[in-house]
Amino acid sequence: MPKLDLKELGVRGVNSALHGIPNGANEPDWLITNPMGQHAIACGLDAPIEVTINGHVGFYCGGMNQQAGITIHGHAGVGIAENMMSGQVRVMGSASDSAGATAHGGLLVIEGDASSRCGISMKGVDIVVGGSVGHMSGFMAQSGHLVVCGDASDALGDSIYEAIMFVRGKVASLGADCVEKEMRPEHLAKLAELLNAANIDADPGNFRRYGSARTLYNFDIDNADAY
Amino acid sequence: MRCWRDASILGMHAGGMTMCGIVGLYLKDPTLQASLGELFAPMLIEMTDRGPDSAGFAIYRDPVSEHQTKFTLASDDPDTDWKALDTDLARALICQARLDIQGDHAVLVTDADAFAAQAWLAESRPRIRVVGSGRSIEIFKQTGLPKDVVEQFKLTSAHGSHAIGHTRMATESAVTTAGSHPFATGLDLCLVHNGSLSNHNHLRRKLERDGIVFQTENDTEVAAGFMTLNLRRGLSLHAALEAGLVELDGFYTFCVGTANGFAVVRDPFGCKHAVLAETGEWVAMATEYRAIAHLPGADTARIWEPEPHKIYTWGSA
Repeated sequence: MPKLDLKELGVRGVNSALHGIPNGANEPDWLITNPMGQHAIACGLDAPIEVTINGHVGFYCGGMNQQAGITIHGHAGVGIAENMMSGQVRVMGSASDSAGATAHGGLLVIEGDASSRCGISMKGVDIVVGGSVGHMSGFMAQSGHLVVCGDASDALGDSIYEAIMFVRGKVASLGADCVEKEMRPEHLAKLAELLNAANIDADPGNFRRYGSARTLYNFDIDNADAY
Repeated sequence: MRCWRDASILGMHAGGMTMCGIVGLYLKDPTLQASLGELFAPMLIEMTDRGPDSAGFAIYRDPVSEHQTKFTLASDDPDTDWKALDTDLARALICQARLDIQGDHAVLVTDADAFAAQAWLAESRPRIRVVGSGRSIEIFKQTGLPKDVVEQFKLTSAHGSHAIGHTRMATESAVTTAGSHPFATGLDLCLVHNGSLSNHNHLRRKLERDGIVFQTENDTEVAAGFMTLNLRRGLSLHAALEAGLVELDGFYTFCVGTANGFAVVRDPFGCKHAVLAETGEWVAMATEYRAIAHLPGADTARIWEPEPHKIYTWGSA
């Protein structure tokens, strides 16, 4: 497996090397060593390659990812896989806030906990968190799925649009316009598919579903005085 | 109706890229104490991108005896102010006094009554600022790049049990040494801050009525003054920090250095970044993990983001 030493090449050197890999290249597996918590590692990839990062990463790792699989053997800083379009990002440790922010597609797996605002403004990504999520997770989430195997902190799904959230543990409180919804067979099937894709062993039957009550879509005449 | 737009949401998290860096290192393993500066200086320098305007640090070392007080002093005119300061003080208060000059800062150790010594300083060396006092704390801060501040105060070769530091990107008040962090909040206590407070003018007026004196227009000095007043009134550090969570409006991560450790607290929304790392040998906090990455054993350390509205303490803080 070709190795890219970030200490030697710098973030720009590592990212340029990954961006330069032609589609269908012979070396689909790459290893990044010494990430040293630097920001924007493995951003903007657009090739079906597998990238393993040995160590903890800083902010925005795997941002804008397309096609690539990125596995982080460590902790991820703010905004992991933000704006991902496709592919898969897996964090074997925990993640700081705004994980998967605004991401349009692909799968983000966080084996540990995710901090606040996980899945903020998500637009189609699937996020599976093995542990718990911090406050205001799923804030203004538009589409995609957020699966939380642990607990969710305050204001889950505040001002949520059409994203679907599954939580196994306790929910400290729901945000504005977020409600618990019935778990129908199609939801159980989708959840089983997501857990399977994330390689996380959990019984879909133990989860509850949350989503939008859809009361914020239209103007409420009772609020006329506020304008 | 929804009032927010994506741009403002993203501005909220991307905005965190600027405005100050804070770092703290507490050594659990006493054999590392000789190399505290060597471990800590790169933490401060790594946060240069977040705060290139000024830098400062508090280091805890060489505790003086119970009958003595250690003051860290700063002066804009060190040539005049440091001259014969120790002998003048010794003669005036009939006490022992020792002055260790480090550029425009100096560490004064005296067995005079702490209040009397401070009153004498205010009277006979009015331009001097007392930047820290206690038994083991020493505070050094200066405008300029963190690497220059590290060099000026010989941080790399410093020993000690723990240290906290700050790199400042000035947003709320002028770039001056006095407006640099850390701010002293009491004996052996000091505070560094990442973020900004929105009710500091109102709180400053309130605290001034309670007898707290401010040297700057800086918002963090108000947080420090708030802590000072509450500790003076007998609240524990934990209780004073809890009171701060109620009274201080704004976004912040605070790191508070204490005689035996440090405490970390974030505002209820957790707006400003913070990460904690712990091994059997040390505990470190930083605004970004990259400031911790070089520490021995960081690769396998337990790493997590501190929860908002929760007070974390190490040592007997």
